[in-house]
Amino acid sequence: MKDLVGLIPLLPLLGWFITGLFGKKLSRTAAGLIACSTVLGSFAISLGLFFEVEHLETHRFTVDFFSWISAGTLQVPFSFLIDPLSCLFLLIITGIGFLIHVYSFGYMHDDDGFARFFSYLNLFVFFMLLLVLGSNYLIMFVGWEGVGLCSYLLIGFWFKNTAYNKAANKAFIMNRIGDLGFLLGIILIFLTFDGNIGYAEVFDKAKYMSSGDGTITAITLLLFIGAMGKSAQIPLYTWLPDAMAGPTPVSALIHAATMVTAGIYMVARSNILYALSPVAMEVVAITGIVTALFAASIGLLQNDIKKVLAYSTVSQLGYMFLGLGVGAFTGAVFHVMTHAFFKALLFLGAGSVIHAMSGEQDIRKMGGLKKALPITYMTFLIGTLAIAGFPLFSGFFSKDEILAHAFDHNKVLWFLGMLGAVMTTFYMFRLFFVTFWGKFNGTKEQQYHLHESPKSMTIPLMVLAVLSLVGGFVGLPEIIGTHRLEEFLAPVFADSKMKLFHAPLSHDTEWTLLITASIVCVVVIAFAYQYFVVKGRRPAEEGEEISPLAKTVSNKYYIDELYEALFTKPLNWLSDKFYKIFELQVVDGIVNETGKLVNTLSGVLRLLQTGRIGFYLFAMVLSIILILFVTTF
Amino acid sequence: MITALLIGWPLVAALLVLMTKGAAAKKLALVASVIELGIAVAAYVQFRHNPASAFFTMDHYWVSSMGIKFKIAMDGISLLLVLLTTLLVPFIILSSFKNEYKNAPAFYSLILFMQMALVGVFVAMDGFLFYVFWELALIPIYFICLLWGGENRGKITFKFFVYTLLGSLFMLVALIYLYQHTAGKHTFEISALYEAGRSMDAAHQAWIFWAMFLAFAIKMPVFPLHTWQPDTYTTAPTAGTMLLSGIMLKMGTYGLIRWLLPLAPLGVAEWGHTVVALSVISVIYASCMAIAQKDFKRLIAYSSIAHVGLISAGIFTYNIQGLQGGLIQMFSHGINVVGLFFIAEIISGGTGTREIAKLGGIRNVAPRFAVLFLVVLLGSVALPLTNGFVGEFLLINGLYQYNAWFAAFAGLSVILGAVYMLRSYQGVMLGETNSLTASFKEIGFAEKAVLVPIVILIVVLGVYPKPLLELTEPAVKALIETYPLK
Repeated sequence: MKDLVGLIPLLPLLGWFITGLFGKKLSRTAAGLIACSTVLGSFAISLGLFFEVEHLETHRFTVDFFSWISAGTLQVPFSFLIDPLSCLFLLIITGIGFLIHVYSFGYMHDDDGFARFFSYLNLFVFFMLLLVLGSNYLIMFVGWEGVGLCSYLLIGFWFKNTAYNKAANKAFIMNRIGDLGFLLGIILIFLTFDGNIGYAEVFDKAKYMSSGDGTITAITLLLFIGAMGKSAQIPLYTWLPDAMAGPTPVSALIHAATMVTAGIYMVARSNILYALSPVAMEVVAITGIVTALFAASIGLLQNDIKKVLAYSTVSQLGYMFLGLGVGAFTGAVFHVMTHAFFKALLFLGAGSVIHAMSGEQDIRKMGGLKKALPITYMTFLIGTLAIAGFPLFSGFFSKDEILAHAFDHNKVLWFLGMLGAVMTTFYMFRLFFVTFWGKFNGTKEQQYHLHESPKSMTIPLMVLAVLSLVGGFVGLPEIIGTHRLEEFLAPVFADSKMKLFHAPLSHDTEWTLLITASIVCVVVIAFAYQYFVVKGRRPAEEGEEISPLAKTVSNKYYIDELYEALFTKPLNWLSDKFYKIFELQVVDGIVNETGKLVNTLSGVLRLLQTGRIGFYLFAMVLSIILILFVTTF
Repeated sequence: MITALLIGWPLVAALLVLMTKGAAAKKLALVASVIELGIAVAAYVQFRHNPASAFFTMDHYWVSSMGIKFKIAMDGISLLLVLLTTLLVPFIILSSFKNEYKNAPAFYSLILFMQMALVGVFVAMDGFLFYVFWELALIPIYFICLLWGGENRGKITFKFFVYTLLGSLFMLVALIYLYQHTAGKHTFEISALYEAGRSMDAAHQAWIFWAMFLAFAIKMPVFPLHTWQPDTYTTAPTAGTMLLSGIMLKMGTYGLIRWLLPLAPLGVAEWGHTVVALSVISVIYASCMAIAQKDFKRLIAYSSIAHVGLISAGIFTYNIQGLQGGLIQMFSHGINVVGLFFIAEIISGGTGTREIAKLGGIRNVAPRFAVLFLVVLLGSVALPLTNGFVGEFLLINGLYQYNAWFAAFAGLSVILGAVYMLRSYQGVMLGETNSLTASFKEIGFAEKAVLVPIVILIVVLGVYPKPLLELTEPAVKALIETYPLK
C-alpha cells in the first residue's frame, strides 16, 4: 500500500484533468463514471492504508516526492505523512466523497455544466486529500487554499447569477483573511523551530518545551485564525450560510462533511502545540461554544431548508472546537466523523426534497412530504435523530464525549453546551416536522411533480443513514464499552495527553451526564412534536408581525449588515476617496505642479512642451556615447 | 562570448527588421526573438552543467583613459533576468500579431532594440556601461508609447520620460561620485565601485543610497513616486505596457540588488527601514487604488505597483528568503503581468471597452478564455501551486524575519489582491452577457499561442520552482556573504 500513497490524490487529479479538458466530448455517463471511479479508487487505497497503519510499529510513515521550495534553511519537501489521523480523514473524504459523487450523478443530471461540475468536485477531492496528507504545514496550506478555490468555483457554479458570484467572492475573501493568519503562523513556526515546518521535526521539539511559552501561544493563535476562516467560526463565519448558493451536493461535501472540518484537522494535528498553550486552548474553547450557541440560535428561525442546515453546521463546528479547546482531541475528531455522516445525509436529504419540490427551498411551502418521499423521509429522520444526540445514534456518543470533557474542564461550558444541544434538537425537529409532517403548502404544480428521487440519490442516502445510525459505536464511552477510535488515534495524541493529564471523570458522573443528555433530548423532541404537530404551529410567514427579538434573530442579528457597514463600505469608500483626492490631486498634483513651476520659470523649457524633448534627450545621450567612442579610437 | 551575443543579436535583428516591409517585420522579429531565447537557454544549460566556471565574462577597455570598461558577465541573478527578458519578448511580439500597426517594421525593430538594452542592463558589470544601457532602454519605449499609444499619449509619455530621466540623472551623479572615490586609477568597474562606496562614512553612503534609490524607485515604481505609471501603462500600446511592466520595472528591482545594497551598507542600515516602510505602504496603498479602479487595464497597473512593493520590501530585508523570494517573484510577476495585460487587450479588442461596469458575461460566450484568464488571475493572487505563491511566501517570510508587523501589513495584499481581482473577474466574465459582450468571440489560435504557454508556466513554476531557485541561490549567498550589511 505504501507505494500507492501517491495515487490517492493523483487519481482525482487525473479525473479532474480528463473531465475538465474533454468534458465536452465525453458523454454524461462517461464523465460521471470517470469522476466517481477515481474517488472510489482513492477510497480503496485509503482503506488499505487504514488497516495497515495500525499494525506498523511507529504508526506512521512518510513518503517523499520532491523538494518543492528551498531557500537557505527553509526546506519544504513535497511529502506525505500517513498516520492514524490522516488515515481517518482519508476515509471520510474519499468515502463520503464517493457517495456524494454518486448522488450528484442523479442530482446534476439535467444541468448543462455536468462535466464541469464533476471536474470541480474531483479537483476539490484532490486538494482536500493534499490537505490531510501533507507532512508539513506548507503542504497543508496548499490543500487549504486549494479547497478554498474549489469552494469558490462551486459556490459560483451557476455563474450567471450575480448573487451566487458574490457569495463565492465572499467565501474566498473571508477565507483569505484566515489564510493570512495561517501563513504568518507557519512562518513563525519556521523561525521558532530552527527552520523546520515538518510535523515530525516540530512536534518532536515541542514535546520537550514547557507550557506557557508566549511564542507558542502566538503560533497557535495565528493558526487558529486560519481555522476560524475555513471552519466558519465567529467572527469569520458569515460566508458559510451564503455558500449555500452552490448546488446541494457541494453543500454536503464541502460545506458540511469535509472542507469546513479542515480547521479541526489543523488544530488536532497541532495538538501538542495547543497543549503547550493554555491561553490558546481557552480561546479555542470559548470561540467554539460562543459560535455553537450563536449559530444555533439563528438556526431556530431560518426558513430556508439549506440555511437551517448551514447554521447547524456552523454550530456543530463550534462544538468540535469546544472539544479541542477542552482537550477532547479524540472527541472532536470523533464528532468530525459522525457529523460527516449525519450532516452529509441531511444535506443530501434536503437536496432530495428540493429536487422533488422543483427547486423550492422554503420549508413553509413544504409539509406532508413523508408520503411522497418515503426513503428521504426515513433517512432524514435518522439524520435528525443523530444530530440531536438521540441515545445510541452516532451523534449521541461523539457529542457526549465533548460535553463530558467540557464538564470536567468547566461546568459553565458544559451547561452552555447542553443549552446548545437543546436548541439543536429543537430547530432540527422544527425543520423535520414542518417539512415532512402536516399538510402540503406548496403550489398545485409542485404537488403534482412530487416524486421520490432516483436510485443514484437514494442509495447514498441509505448508506449514510446506516452510518449515522451505527457510526457512534466505534467510540463507546468507557462505562459502556471500548473506544476503538481512541485506541486507533492514541499515537497521534499521546504526547499532548501527557501534557494535559488529568484524572478521568468518575463513572457515576459519566452516567449522570449521559442520562441527563438523553432525557433532555427526548423531552425537547416531545416538546417540538407538541408544538409543531399536535398544535400545528408553522413558522411565521413573510410580513407577519413578529417580536423585535425574533426579528433580530431571523435577520441573523444583522451581522452581514454590520460587516458591510464596518468593512466593505469603508474599504470601497476610502479607496475611492483616496484615489480621487489623495492620489490624483495630492501625489500626482505635486508632480504636475513641480513640472509647471519649472516650466514657468524657464523660458527654454517652455519649448519642451511641444513634445520634442524626447529628441533632445535622445540626441544628448547619443552624443555622449559618440564622444566616448571618438575618444577611444 | 555568449553574453555579448545576447546583446548583439537583438541589435542586429532590430536593424534587419527595420529593413523589411509590411507583414514580414513581425514574423522576422518573432523568429529573431525565439533565436535569442535559444541563446539564453543555451547559456542556462551551460550554467546548469558547470555553475562554477560559467560567468560568461567579457572584459574589454572601452574608454581606457577614463577607466570605462565594456565588462559584461552573468551570475545566476543576471541570468535569471536575461531568461525572463528573452522569454517574454517572443510573447510580447506574438501578442501584437493581430494588430496592424502603421510602420510595423519600426515598431518591431524598437522592441528588439529595447531587448538589447534590457539584456545590457542585466549583464553590465561596469557602472558607466550600466548607465548607458539603462538610458538606452528608455529610448525605444519612449517612441513606442509616443507613436503607437492611445489617447493623450503626448502629455503622458512626456511625463514618463522626464520623470524617469530625472531619477537616472541622480544615479549618474552617484556613479560619478563613486568613480572619483575608487582607489588608484579611477574605474567604473563594479567591484571597485563597491569598495569605494563601502569605504565611505555613513553620511556619504546615505547620499549615495538616496541618489541610487531614487532612480530605481521611480522605475519600479514605489509610492509616492508612482504617478507616472498608471497613465503610461494605460496609454501605451499593449506591447509597450508589457515591456514596461514585464521587464523594464525589473531594472529597478535588479538595480536594488546589484547596484544599491552592496554599495552602501551604512546607508541601508540607516535608511533601509524607511524604504521598507515605503514599500509596504506601496503594497497596501496600490491595492486600495486597484480596488477603486473602473478601467481594467488601469487596475492591473495598480496591482503591479502592489506586487513590486512587496518585492522591494523583500529585497531590502537582505536575507536569503527575502532576496530569493524577490528574484523568483520578479520572474513570476513578469509572466503573470504580461498575461494579464494581454487579457485586458483581448477584452478591450473584443468589446471595445475596458470599463468593468460595462462588461460581464464573457464566460458564457468564451469558456476557454474564461479558464485561461482564471489561471492567470490565480497566479496573480498567489494561490499555492501557482508561480505567484512561491515568491510571495518567501517574501513574506523574509519580511517577517526583518519585522513581524511589516510582514503582517504586507500580507494584507493576500486579502486585498483577492478582493480586486475576484471583483473584476466577476464584473468582466461572470453574470449575463450584455450588448457589448454578447458578440465577444472565443479566442483563437493566435491568442492561445500566448496564453496557453503562460498558463503552463504559471502552474509548472508553481509546482516545481526548483530550477529557478537553484539558479539564483549561489549568487544570492555569495552576495550576502561577500558584501554583508554590517
